[in-house]
Amino acid sequence: MPRVGLMVTCLNDALFPDTGKAVVTLLRRLGVEVEFPAAQTCCGQPMVNTGYVADAVPLVRNHLDAFAGCDAIIAPSGSCAGSVRHQHGMVAERSGDPGLVRGVENAPPTYELTEYLVDVLGTTDVGAYFPHRVTYHPTCHSLRMLGVGDRPARLLRAVRGLTLLDLPGDAECCGFGGTFAVKNAETSIAMGNDKARHVRETGAEVLVAGDNSCLMHIGGLLSRQRSGVRVMHLAEILASTEPVITGRAERAADPTSVGSATPEAGTAPREQETVR
Amino acid sequence: MSGTFLGTPAFPTAARAALEDSQLRRNLAHATATIRTKRGGVVGEVDEWEQLRLAGEAIKNRVLRHLPRYLEQLERSLTAAGATVHWARDAAEANAIVVDIARRHETDEVVKVKSMATQEIELNDALEAAGIHAWETDLAELIVQLGDDLPSHILVPAIHRNRAEIREIFLREMSRAGRPAPADLTDEPKQLAAAARAHLREKFLRAKVAVSGANFAVAETGTLTVVESEGNGRMCLTLPEVLVSVVGIEKVLPTFADLDVMLQLLPRSSTGERMNPYTSTWTGVTPGDGPQEVHVVLLDNGRTDVLADPTGRQALRCIRCSACLNVCPVYERTGGHAYGSVYPGPIGAILTPQLRGVGSDPQTDSLPYASSLCGACFEVCPVRIDIPEVLVHLRSEVVEAHQQASRVPSVQDMAMKAASWTLSSSARTGAAEKAAGWGGRLAARIGRTAPGGRNVLGAIPGGPAGAWSDSRDVPVPAAESFRQWWERTDGGHRDDGGAGNANGNDGGNGDRR
Ligand code: SF4
Repeated sequence: MPRVGLMVTCLNDALFPDTGKAVVTLLRRLGVEVEFPAAQTCCGQPMVNTGYVADAVPLVRNHLDAFAGCDAIIAPSGSCAGSVRHQHGMVAERSGDPGLVRGVENAPPTYELTEYLVDVLGTTDVGAYFPHRVTYHPTCHSLRMLGVGDRPARLLRAVRGLTLLDLPGDAECCGFGGTFAVKNAETSIAMGNDKARHVRETGAEVLVAGDNSCLMHIGGLLSRQRSGVRVMHLAEILASTEPVITGRAERAADPTSVGSATPEAGTAPREQETVR
Repeated sequence: MSGTFLGTPAFPTAARAALEDSQLRRNLAHATATIRTKRGGVVGEVDEWEQLRLAGEAIKNRVLRHLPRYLEQLERSLTAAGATVHWARDAAEANAIVVDIARRHETDEVVKVKSMATQEIELNDALEAAGIHAWETDLAELIVQLGDDLPSHILVPAIHRNRAEIREIFLREMSRAGRPAPADLTDEPKQLAAAARAHLREKFLRAKVAVSGANFAVAETGTLTVVESEGNGRMCLTLPEVLVSVVGIEKVLPTFADLDVMLQLLPRSSTGERMNPYTSTWTGVTPGDGPQEVHVVLLDNGRTDVLADPTGRQALRCIRCSACLNVCPVYERTGGHAYGSVYPGPIGAILTPQLRGVGSDPQTDSLPYASSLCGACFEVCPVRIDIPEVLVHLRSEVVEAHQQASRVPSVQDMAMKAASWTLSSSARTGAAEKAAGWGGRLAARIGRTAPGGRNVLGAIPGGPAGAWSDSRDVPVPAAESFRQWWERTDGGHRDDGGAGNANGNDGGNGDRR
């Protein structure tokens, strides 16, 4: 049996562990026993993209060591998968360490989640059930650095109960861009606000994407605007099955919870907004 | 007339003016969206578009690999065809050559066809200082010049102006520069164009000396090419007695056949047209026809420095089509002036710092960061310049230049060092996550739960968190990180009834309930 390593990504690890859990649930359901090499940390993209290539070297080395025994790596992030595929070589090259260059060349193949599902497992119907109106934002790195194309849309269309709504201007950047969101905060917010407006125009209950970094940015704007639109990682939708994940039902009964979008009858709404 | 970009503040500050100007934002969004759609349509018609791009890239790479050889060949061909070739190391040398030629012909005015190279060297100011007026004849360029403004787009320098503003400028300024605009001028495009035509016609017929740039210069034949939409360029190129062309050394193409590829790539990428209305080519002097004295100034002005950088040199492939500007979401919101250079947008963000030298001033050094690295520019670039790659490369040069200039590490240097130290070991990462998790549990008490159960915080004053949380809610670190969950539950195989995650949510919620 091939050894498949989950690269959960540092952002998901610390801020969005549910995404990692969803990947585990999903892959297990599809018969893939995924491992989590505990030595992993961060792919080094934040350093590289800010201009600190030398500071990314120990991270690349650590990444190679952590996943050394794996046959394939799966990441629920187009951005981080893209960084491993397209930036590690450059970091190694610049480190002047031929061992590191060889290490990168011989590293196991890295797949973004939807690539693995569609290309390796050859499936688009993962047996998910998610009875909500959803719109999909193709994050720039999934779209352009990796070229995941319509794989996410094909997966979403196969989810039972799900209505996929077209997002106007979907291919346009949301304005996150890592440190760009801080260094050029005002421009980033101007871009994000346009994205958030398009999301609201769709009338979707849920905005889904393959990168929690972009969702953190767009979701932060949507949440500040009290738009009621929730953001979810694609993996979380693909992992959803009937009945809706346990524990959600009791929250629906919570009198303080305000479901802003209309959930379909008979299902427990997952959205809530508790204002304290 | 025509100001300079000197003193433009760093990008984030310079961008603010545009971000706050709703009219400008509308003008830009409308104009770029229109050209984008047109480009998408005509590019979509070409089945072998990717092959064409690869061919364009290959031709330009060949040029850059053997630049000295092709330039010498170009000089020979041009000289044989009766042109005079001048070499200019920098802006000052190039300006001096043009001023000298104009002086020798005892003229106090020259007409110009839009040329990025002459804007780059600020030729108009140099001529003005010598008492010679330079009249821009490209319509958009004329609007910018009359409005005492700066260009904000490579192809549509007045993209930031709307019709009403243009009418104002014409009524107010044309009389100072020559034939006045008709008093009953409206903002109808046809009327505006007619006013410009009458104004310019006078200048074409009077000028003895014309100044042009060139889109391409063919080494094999000594042929220069100008591609344009209005025909004003052709007037400049044919009517005056003397023609001076200022050409960046990277504009050379090996053979005439290479024009075939370029002339397919350029108009589709730039104006979204299958073919541009006017393509003019000229080869030295033709006795009795057109200018009888032809000069070509081959301009370096930092280009050989760019060539010396293996990653950065691809910027010299640029054919100035402006496709990257039109798709850039940052450009669309900030406009061209924020880039503080005649080359705005994505290409400006990589070309300007290279031409000026990284580490020279804060404005220049802010440019490689003026991008979200979304990659839309690379996708449309007809010569496949990997702009994001060069941006990241230049960022590392900016960081290095600063570290060399100052012995004291910056806050950012220390933050990156600390992050690198923490993140290069899973033990240290885990410890940091635990600390963040405790903080997160605390923060969750004062925050709120966004739809979907993610915990968020409102505005946090000061620092990078402040810049983030001004308009966006901040996510709160999970009370239990993924790695902690994995360890506790043996990857979900053991019962998940433990701390913090009773509802299977991003940690924190369980604790709060
Ligand atoms: S970088 Fe590419 S897309 Fe941008 S102006 Fe130059 S050739 Fe056109």
